Order: sequence, then structure tokens, then C-alpha cells
Amino acid sequence: MCDFPFFSLVCTGEIFELKAELNSDKKEKKKEAVKKVIASMTVGKDVSALFPDVVNCMQTDNLELKKLVYLYLMNYAKSQPDMAIMAVNTFVKDCEDPNPLIRALAVRTMGCIRVDKITEYLCEPLRKCLKDEDPYVRKTAAVCVAKLHDINAQLVEDQGFLDTLKDLISDSNPMVVANAVAALSEIAESHPNSNLLDLNPQTINKLLTALNECTEWGQIFILDCLANYTPRDDRESQSICERVTPRLSHANSAVVLSAVKVLMKFMEMLPKDLDYYGTLLKKLAPPLVTLLSAEPELQYVALRNINLIVQRRPEILKHEMKVFFVKYNDPIYVKLEKLDIMIRLASQANIAQVLAELKEYATEVDVDFVRKAVRAIGRCAIKVEQSAERCVSTLLDLIQTKVNYVVQEAIVVIKDIFRKYPNKYESVIATLCENLDSLDEPEARAAMIWIVGEYAERIDNADELLESFLEGFHDESTQVQLQLLTAIVKLFLKKPTETQELVQQVLSLATQDSDNPDLRDRGYIYWRLLSTDPVAAKEVVLAEKPLISEETDLIEPTLLEELICHIGTLASVYHKPPSAFVEGSRGVQHKRLPGSAGSADSPDTGSAAGVSEAPPAVIPSQGDLLGDLLNLDLTPPTTSGPPPAPSSGMQMGAMDLLGGGLDSLVGLLHLGGDLGGSPAMGAGFGAPPTAMPASFPPPVSGGLDDLFDLGGSVGITDLVYVQIWLPAMKAKGLEISGTFARRAGVIQMEMTLTNKAMSIMTDFAIQFNRNSFGLAPAGPLQVLTPVGPNQSIEVALPLSTVGPVMKMEPLTNLQVAVKNNIDVFYFSSQYPISMLFVEDGKMERQVFLATWKDIPNDNEAQFQIKDCHLNSDAASSKLQGSNVFTIAKRTVEGQDMLYQSMKLTNGIWVLAELRVQAGNPNYTVSTVHVRYIGLTGLVSSDLLPHADRRAAA
Amino acid sequence: MIGGLFIYNHKGEVLISRVYRDDIGEAGLKAEQPIISRSVPKPVSCLKRNAVDAFRVNVIHARQQVRSPVTNIARTSFFHVKRSNIWLAAVTKQNVNATMVFEFLYKMCDVMSAYFGKISEENVKNNFVLIYELLDEILDFGYPQNSETGALKTFITQQGIKSQVPTKEEQSQITSQVTGQIGWRREGIKYRRNELFLDVLESVNLLMSPQGQVLSAHVSGRVVMKSYLSGMPECKFGMNDKIVIDKQGKGGGSEEAAKSGKQSIAIDDCTFHQCVRLSKFDSERSISFIPPDGDYELMRYRTTKDIILPFRVIPLVREVGRTKLEVKVVIKSNFKSSLLAQKIEVRIPTPLNTSGVQLICMKGKAKYKASENAIVWKIKRMAGMKESQISAEIELLPTNDKKKWARPPISMNFEVPFAPSGLKVRYLKVFEPKLNYSDHDVIKWVRYIGRSGIYETRC
Repeated sequence: MCDFPFFSLVCTGEIFELKAELNSDKKEKKKEAVKKVIASMTVGKDVSALFPDVVNCMQTDNLELKKLVYLYLMNYAKSQPDMAIMAVNTFVKDCEDPNPLIRALAVRTMGCIRVDKITEYLCEPLRKCLKDEDPYVRKTAAVCVAKLHDINAQLVEDQGFLDTLKDLISDSNPMVVANAVAALSEIAESHPNSNLLDLNPQTINKLLTALNECTEWGQIFILDCLANYTPRDDRESQSICERVTPRLSHANSAVVLSAVKVLMKFMEMLPKDLDYYGTLLKKLAPPLVTLLSAEPELQYVALRNINLIVQRRPEILKHEMKVFFVKYNDPIYVKLEKLDIMIRLASQANIAQVLAELKEYATEVDVDFVRKAVRAIGRCAIKVEQSAERCVSTLLDLIQTKVNYVVQEAIVVIKDIFRKYPNKYESVIATLCENLDSLDEPEARAAMIWIVGEYAERIDNADELLESFLEGFHDESTQVQLQLLTAIVKLFLKKPTETQELVQQVLSLATQDSDNPDLRDRGYIYWRLLSTDPVAAKEVVLAEKPLISEETDLIEPTLLEELICHIGTLASVYHKPPSAFVEGSRGVQHKRLPGSAGSADSPDTGSAAGVSEAPPAVIPSQGDLLGDLLNLDLTPPTTSGPPPAPSSGMQMGAMDLLGGGLDSLVGLLHLGGDLGGSPAMGAGFGAPPTAMPASFPPPVSGGLDDLFDLGGSVGITDLVYVQIWLPAMKAKGLEISGTFARRAGVIQMEMTLTNKAMSIMTDFAIQFNRNSFGLAPAGPLQVLTPVGPNQSIEVALPLSTVGPVMKMEPLTNLQVAVKNNIDVFYFSSQYPISMLFVEDGKMERQVFLATWKDIPNDNEAQFQIKDCHLNSDAASSKLQGSNVFTIAKRTVEGQDMLYQSMKLTNGIWVLAELRVQAGNPNYTVSTVHVRYIGLTGLVSSDLLPHADRRAAA
Repeated sequence: MIGGLFIYNHKGEVLISRVYRDDIGEAGLKAEQPIISRSVPKPVSCLKRNAVDAFRVNVIHARQQVRSPVTNIARTSFFHVKRSNIWLAAVTKQNVNATMVFEFLYKMCDVMSAYFGKISEENVKNNFVLIYELLDEILDFGYPQNSETGALKTFITQQGIKSQVPTKEEQSQITSQVTGQIGWRREGIKYRRNELFLDVLESVNLLMSPQGQVLSAHVSGRVVMKSYLSGMPECKFGMNDKIVIDKQGKGGGSEEAAKSGKQSIAIDDCTFHQCVRLSKFDSERSISFIPPDGDYELMRYRTTKDIILPFRVIPLVREVGRTKLEVKVVIKSNFKSSLLAQKIEVRIPTPLNTSGVQLICMKGKAKYKASENAIVWKIKRMAGMKESQISAEIELLPTNDKKKWARPPISMNFEVPFAPSGLKVRYLKVFEPKLNYSDHDVIKWVRYIGRSGIYETRC
């Protein structure tokens, strides 16, 4: 016999023995038998054969036995659904038991038996238990609703349990409230769009009251739920914060971190100049520090979260560097996390202390930790410029220790320091070269080779060094091979005389003997460059490299925002959005911080991004000039020619075909009718600006665009139509996107400059080429502060129309040059002609009549617009928003005739007649007659159809 | 929420497994090794086994040291804590509150130890029915429920629920306690003698440079209380918290402020047992509560300012050639001479290539422990304002190891009968309006113990 009678059970023969015992008359024997069954179940043995016998034991008044049988049932009911039904009666009976503990036990267990047939029987008892007089039963029933929902969501909805659950939020017992909140939150997660957790100020108030009274776990449920609420204004957000802050003193770290989450989120809404904002910031630091005296596992979770918090709000912990110093017996995972935070907090003020610590760490035993410490020294150098010299000397000291992995790591970081501060610390190269032989890791070898190649002119025996690496070329990893190839080419360009042989050797090794495509391609490129144009080769290979930036490991801002909303959860531990590790519908909703002035994606740009996909420069084919004028690539139905070929190389053809039948007016009016229902809009609101796919536009987007550019000028809606004019790839990391708009009579070019490079950009300036309407910047480009890496800046450039004029093809094409400290970049864009319509374009009625007749027929064009859903009045008022004025209206034979005028900035008048056939909302044909006058010599007849077309819109 | 909870022994055998949700173990979790089991499990149990096995193979049997307490294996997350040889693992497939899961695992350990003492394989095996019962009660569908042992013990006992059927009043009393506002205390507690014990336990942490400069120092303290009080007593606890004293000083006479101002201490942060009314602390900074019965931790706090460092360690290390090291360490006690420090231990690390050590010390006993690579110097008692010294000659074996000896810090352990933070208990008032005993009738005991935390001096 073994020491543990329940765990000594072996196999089949015993099943029979157990069967006999289970059917014994003696209670004690029965109980012991069930215990044995459970024990074997636990260790993974199959005891499902005993199902009927165990269920027979269920009808007992012995609670312990009952619990054991229930435990067995939960485990095996699923494999024996028919047998499980046998137990239902007892469950239902138990739900009526006078003892609340038994009622709760029964309803709890029933929820755990995940068999469809049983759920039907569960509904009635559950309904009763949800309204039970005893809070213990109610709180158990609340969780049971979530269980049932997990098995059969439809049933829960049909039975109206959700409403009952909502009512429990107002329960008098705090624990019932907490469990109801937990259950509702879970159910709501699988119905992202339902308004299940209808959080309004009243419910929030109830939750905050319950928060003071319930158990620590209940407080966590409530705080996590609160974090999903978005307060209406800063006052509400402040009052919630005030009621949540006491939780920061709770002994349970989860309560503290969940409270931190609520505060971090709601703080976004508080104005920064508010006294309370400062107080709150101060209050956050001590509890976060206290978390570091918790158990190591909790410290780890806390540190991962602090890492996020210091990225979002570095000011909170900037004075707390010391608490992140590593202790000798911290577990390794805590040590590594602490290092990360030390680097984040490193600043000029504390760098001396940090460096001293890091140097200590570099002598420890754990290899990973030591490596990270060495790497951290390098990152300090890059982050705090004043410390660079000190860091380099520390690294040299470490190299002197000759500990293999320390040396290698040090060389890797010194390479980065060279890239950040070129021509400053090259004196150390000699020391580095001494350690060439000890390098056995690819990364270190690659770094060393890079250094040798980059500074080949200063290293006398650079060719020998590189040659020594070349000997084992085939055994090296790709990283090293690529680096070696580049380094030797650099060397050759710097010292062409002595190294010809070497370069030929490496080129042939790379191109002929290697089967790595990357290596071969790079080899061929160099080979051709060198053989065709050595000067060009020099320019390419020895080009000045951009400096590397200090914070390359920062979490991308939108992800960071999302993670801040998930403080305390697994997402914050993994630093990944929940969708990356959670399957199914749960967790796919992306949470965001509430908007504020400082937030990177205000609703304005967020939505604009969604509709940003119109072609930046489409050159229309003949006959399609109409569409072009509208900045739409739409072919009028009358045109039989092929769709225009996009010059940008984007795949716009499909869109042209699809959008062919559409017209700006259609788009405008149609979408005016059901704004927000279009897929483009829906997608637009959630997506970050940069994430838009290039081939996005659905057929309606053309119409949308037009609506927005019309609307933008009058403020019907704030949505604007943003294009990427200059992609970052073409402009050494500078990305320019923007839009044209007419605001209060001033034409503006509204641009967002985004720096996607590693180095800072400054000295921006802008110039236009001569263009059709004489557009020119009315002032210099107002970019006063340098734009750091991953920063973006928004500028509005007012435009005048007094610049030099030259007819462009297409007419609304504008060529722009932008200069910054890196280079000059060119791009072309097209502006919507509507922005040229001036406010005083309303012609006197009499004058209109007279002029209309005077205009020769040659100056007239006609178009048809299909699928317009607005009546003439609505159309008229919409058009007025774009300075297209309705002079008169008449009704002839059921058709509305609108007479309209508009004036361009250069004084050209355009008159239009718009015929709307009423009574057919789905298919209205409008015929437009357009006449124009007052042409001056500088605008050719090309303008006319353009202007007319705009008039139609 | 938590999908399942497993308890393993050090070999990776499952002692307890409780699955709350089906999702765990369903997808993708395949153990790299075949399942070692003598009987072939049926498919259903097999699914659950997958999660169990994945953790065993990837964490418990992993070749390398565990690099994180949270492991993600095939989109399933495992949280684990270890108590002696026992692993507790919580499993989930959702984005759960990670802090809560760990807090729960610790709580689970506390509850188990409160029921059957040390968490060992033997105890877990002998109490598995109890553990299942507890798990059923304190974790429902993965949501932690009331886990206060005081409350749990009223209806989950070692033998199972009390065999005699409780009366109706008793039942509703149990349920209202478990779910109620004061879930940590039951009504109707009676003691003949109302008594309470307060222990202020502090651990003082120090990192000092060889030159005697304080690199970092902090005290983390706990106020632990044993209360044997009748009824539902309302308590108020007061200490020499600077903020409170300053506030009172403004209101009351300036004389008192001047008198007590010196002794007040600045508390960086404190956390409280859930019985303390946090909103009241936040608004008035007063600590009021209805205590649980028996042992519990009332509060934890942390201070960093004006810490009394009970000992100062002055190291002197001299390398004499390549094969000899001379070490001299002086310790000075820095507190009232009437007080006695106890259990003093100084640990002086020695290089790995030490071949022999000669020791001379004025007081206590010193020994070179080759297995620990350290000289351990023990002194039973030492009064305040004294100093003592040890000198050692360490002989080294010549090595050709280029790496220099890292010189780990000299660490120290001790126990002193005062609070190094300077914290003083000013009062603990007890009110019980319903029963007729007053604050004066309660016998109160206060004790201060200061211990060394990580108390290191670099050399």
C-alpha cells in the first residue's frame, strides 16, 4: 500500500471493485469510493465507465458526497449526455432546497455541465435563483448566466436573462453587483456592437458606490468595467478619478493596477493645466513603486505595465530611477524588465548613477542579463548625448575584461554609437580590432565588419582584416556575408589600387558560389555599378547615412494607446494587442484612449484617413476631362473611350470602370442622403492613417470624396479628403499628405508632414511651379519646431492666386517642391476646382438672363447625372455650400429647372442650368446646360468643359 | 477569465486539475512528448490533458531556467507560481487580468495553508477533496469569489460541511457574511478577555558604496495584528504619520506640533487590508476598520526618508599579489546603547579560487564556508553604539582566468527591537457600541521588530 490511498489506484480490475463500493449501502464506504474515483479522474485515468453508479450516489443529504458527485458530473457529463439527464431532476430539486448553500451549489454546478439538453432544464431554476432572496444564491446565479451564454447565447437572449442581469447591477448586495458586472462584461465582449453594458452616469454611480463595499475581486471586476466607459466631459472624468484614487492604497495589486488603468485612461480627458491633473500624476507614482515590493511574479507584471506607463507618461516616474535598480537575488525575468525601464528613465540628471549600475551588472553571471546590460550602456549613449563619451569608455573597460560575450555585445553597441555620432569616437577602433579573433557570433562579426568597411581609410590593414574574414565566407551566416560584401566594396571604393583582387574575389563568391538570392542580387548590383559607373557607385555605396534615433524600441503610438487601455491584463504583459493571442470574437475590439487635444488621432484626421484613397495624380484621357476637373476619375456615360490610365501606377482601372456611371453630383446628393452607411466611411473611422491599403476605393468613394471636398469648404461636415502626395519611400522618410480647402474665403493647403526616418527633420520650405490659376503660397511654410522621428506635424498653408500663370495638363495640376535639411522633393497634386469658386459668385437675375443669351452656343456643354436621390432644393442648398449659387428655379412639365452661377478666382463666370426630374427618387436624369463668359486670353478653351462640369456638381 | 487550474508536483504529475472552461486545451495544444499514461484516455479527457501536458513539457520539464512566470504555448497562456516543490498553474485563452490571476494564485496558497499548513505534495494529496471543494467555492467560472479564510471556514471545514444541518438563521448568517460588506468577520464572536496584539515588522534595505555613500535605502514595513475582540468592534489606528501630525499641528497648539513634529515620519506609500475604509483614508488620512478575527496584516508601508540604519559596514579589501587577499570588515552599531541587536550575521564573499582563509575576529564566531564561497561571521548579541571587527587573509590558487573577480557585495542580517523607519504607534482605539466593553477594557500589546532586508555594502 502506498502512503496516499486515493492516489494508488491503478486500472481495470479496480473499476469493478469501485463499482461494488459505490453501490454499497454504507454511506462512508460510498463516500470513500467516490473520492477514489475523483482521485483517478484527476490524474487522468478514465473512470467514465462508472457514470451510472456515481450518479446514483447523488441523491443524498450528505453535502460532501453531493459535492463530490457534482465534481464528477462536471467532468464526464459531456461524454455521456444521455446519462447526464438522469441527474437533472436532482438538480432541479436542489434549486428549491431551503438551504441557500445547496441552492447555490445546484445552480452553479448545472451551469458547469455543458450539455445542450441540460440547458433547457436550467432556465427555470436559474430564473428563480436570479431573484432569490439570498444574496449568495443571486451572486452565483449571475455568474451562471455567463456560463449559459457560453453554451447557448441565443437561449440567454430569448429567455430575457440579460435584462435580469442588468437589473442586478442595482442590487443591494455589492457582491451580486460585482458578479453581475463581470458576467455582463464577458457577454458584452462577444457582442461587440450590442449596447449590453449600457454605461451611463447613473450606472457608473452605482458601480462606484459598490466599489467601496465589495470584495477585492469584485473591485477588480468593477474597475475593469469602468475602464470601458468614456466620460462625457472632463468634469465627469475628474469626479470618477477622485472616487477611484483611494483604491491605489489597496493591498491587492490587481485592484491597484486596475485603478491605475482607469486613471491613465480618464486622465486623457483632463486639461493639463488643471491643478487636479498634477495632483493625480503625483498620486500615481507611489503605488507603482510599491508594486515592486510584491512577489516576483507580480513585480514582473507590474514592470511590464510600468514600461507602458513610462512610455505614455514619462513624467510620472522620472524621479524614481533608484527603485528600478536590480537586486542581486531578483529572478532573472524581473532583472531584465528592470533594465528596460532604467533605460527608459535615463536622462542627463541620473545618467551617472545609471551607468555605474549598468557597469556592475555587466559583471554578473547570467549571460542574457549581462548582454542586455552591455546593450543598455550603448542605448544610454545614444539616448543621452552628454553621456556618450562616458559610455564609450565604460564599454572599452568591458572589452578589456576579455569575457567573450561581453566583448561581442560591446562591439555591436559601439557600431550603433558610431552611427549616431559619426567622426567622434573612431579612436577606439584600434582596440576593437584587437578582439577580432574572439568574435564568434554573427551579429558581432557583422558589426565588426561594418566598422572596418565604414572606416577603411583609417585602418591601415583593413584589407588584411577583411581578407581574413573572407576565407571562411561560405560558413558565415547571411548577415555576415552581406556585410562582408558591402564592406569590401566600400574598401575598394576608398582604396581602389590595392584591393581590386579582393573585390573581385568577393563578388564572384557572392554571385557565383552562393545560392542565397539576396546575396547574389546584392553582388550583381555592386558588380554592375562598379563596372558601369564607378562615380555613381561611390555615390550609392558611400552615401551619407541617416543618423539612428534614440528610441528605436518604442512601442508604436496607436498600439501603445491600445495597450494602455489593457493595463494589468495579459495584453500588457505580452505588449501585444489581445487580437494577437485571443481566438474568436473576444478581444478583437480595439480599445482606444478617449480623445483629447494631445491625442494623435483626433476624430478629424481619423475619419479623413478612411477616405483618403483617391488617386493622387490621374491624367485623364481625352473626353474625360470632366471627371478630372472634379478630381474624380469617373468616365461620363457618354464616353465610349477606354478608362483613363492612372499615371501613379496605382491600380485604379477597376475603380474607373466601377465608378464610371457615377457622377460627382450623384455622389454628392446620394451620399448626402445616407451618409455613414457606406463601407468607406465605416472603415475610415477605425483605421489609423497610415494603415490604409493602397487599392482601397470602392465605387462610392469617388462620390464620397467629392462630397467631402465640397463639404469641407463650408463646414457641412468636418470630413476632408486627404491624399498622400509624397510617399515616405520617395522622399527619404518624409511623408506629406494633405488636402485643399477653401475656408472663410481663403484657399488653404492643409498638410501633414510625417517624419518616418530615423533622424530629425528641420528647415522646411515650399514652392509651387507655375500653374493654371496662378496659385502660390501666401506665406512661408510655418514649421517652427524640428520634426522628430515618427512625429508628424500639421500645417495649413494659405494660398494666393496672384502667382505666375501657366496652363497645366491637366488643368488643376499643381507641382510642388518641398525642401528640408535632407533634400528637396517634388510632387504633383490636383486640387478640386470648387476651391476656386469665390463667394461673390451670385449673379443678378437680370444680368444672368442677359448673359445667358449672349453666350455663343460653342461655349455650351451638356451632361447627364444618374442615380441622384436628392430633390432640387436639397441639391441647390448643397451646391450653395460650394459657392454655386442658384439664381432662379422653375418647374416645367414636372421637371425642376435650376439656374446657377459661379465665379472663378480669375474672374471667369460660369452659368449652369440644372434639370431635375422629380418623382423618381431612384433614377433621376438631370440635364445641365452650361455657358460661360468673360474668358480672358490666359485660359484656353480647355477650361470650359472643366468649369462646366464643376457647375454641374 | 481563468479557464482552469492545475497543481503539479515537481515531477510534473498532476495532483489537482480543475477545468472551468472548455476552450483551454482544445486547439493546437499538442505536447511534444507522448502522453505518459498507462491507461489510454478517451477523447474528452484527452483535450483537457493537452493543456496539462503542454505546461509540464514546456515549463516544468523545460531544459532552461524559467524565463517568465507567464508562458504562452499555442495561444494558451499559463500563469504559474511555485511553493516549495509544488507548481500552481492557472490557464486561460483570454485576455485576462494578469495581476488578478497572480493575486488569486497567492490567495489560493494562503487559503490552502490556512486549512492544512505547509503546501507540500503530501498535504495536497491528502486534502484533495478539500481543495476541490475550495476551488469550487472561491473560483466560479474562472471568477474569483470571496476568499477570506475566516468566512470560508464557517462553511467549508476539513470534514466537509458540518454534518449537522445548520439552522436557518445560521445559514443566512453564513451567506450574508460571504457576500456581505464585511466578508472577513462573522457576527457573534465572544471573548472573555478582549485583547489585541500589534506587531510593527520592518525590513530595512540598504545598498551602500564602499566609501559609505548610501546608494539606496528603504524600509518596507508591515503592521500585523492579532485581534481577539468580541462583537463587531470599530477600530481606529493612529501612527506618527507626518501628514496627520502636521495637520493636527495646524489645528492644535504649535507646541504639540513642535514636540511631535520631530518624531513624525514621511510615508511614501501604504496599502491596506481590505477591511480598511480606503475612501476615508484618502479624504481624512484616518485608518478605520472592523478587523477580521485572529491574525491578519493590517497594512504595508514604505519609507525612504530619515531611515535609521542600525549597522554600518566598513569594508577594506586589499589584493596582495595574485595569490593573496586581505579583507578587513568593521561593523558599527548605530542605535541607543540600551538596546540589543540579535542574530547578527555578516557574509563576506570570497573568490572562487580561494584555497585557504585565516580569520581573526574580536567578537562572535567566524567561519569560511567553501561551499558558499563566503566567510560567515555570526554574533549573537550586540548593544548599540559599539563596533567590532574581523580580519581575514585569503589565499588564492593561481588561475589563468582572465575574468576578474566580480566582488559581490557584503551582506548582513540582524534583528533589532525598534522600527528603523521611526514609525510609532500612537493609538489603536476600539469601539463596540453594542457590547458593553470600552476602549480601556481592551488589553493591547505593541511590539517593534526591525529586520534586515537586503542590506548590502559593496566592497
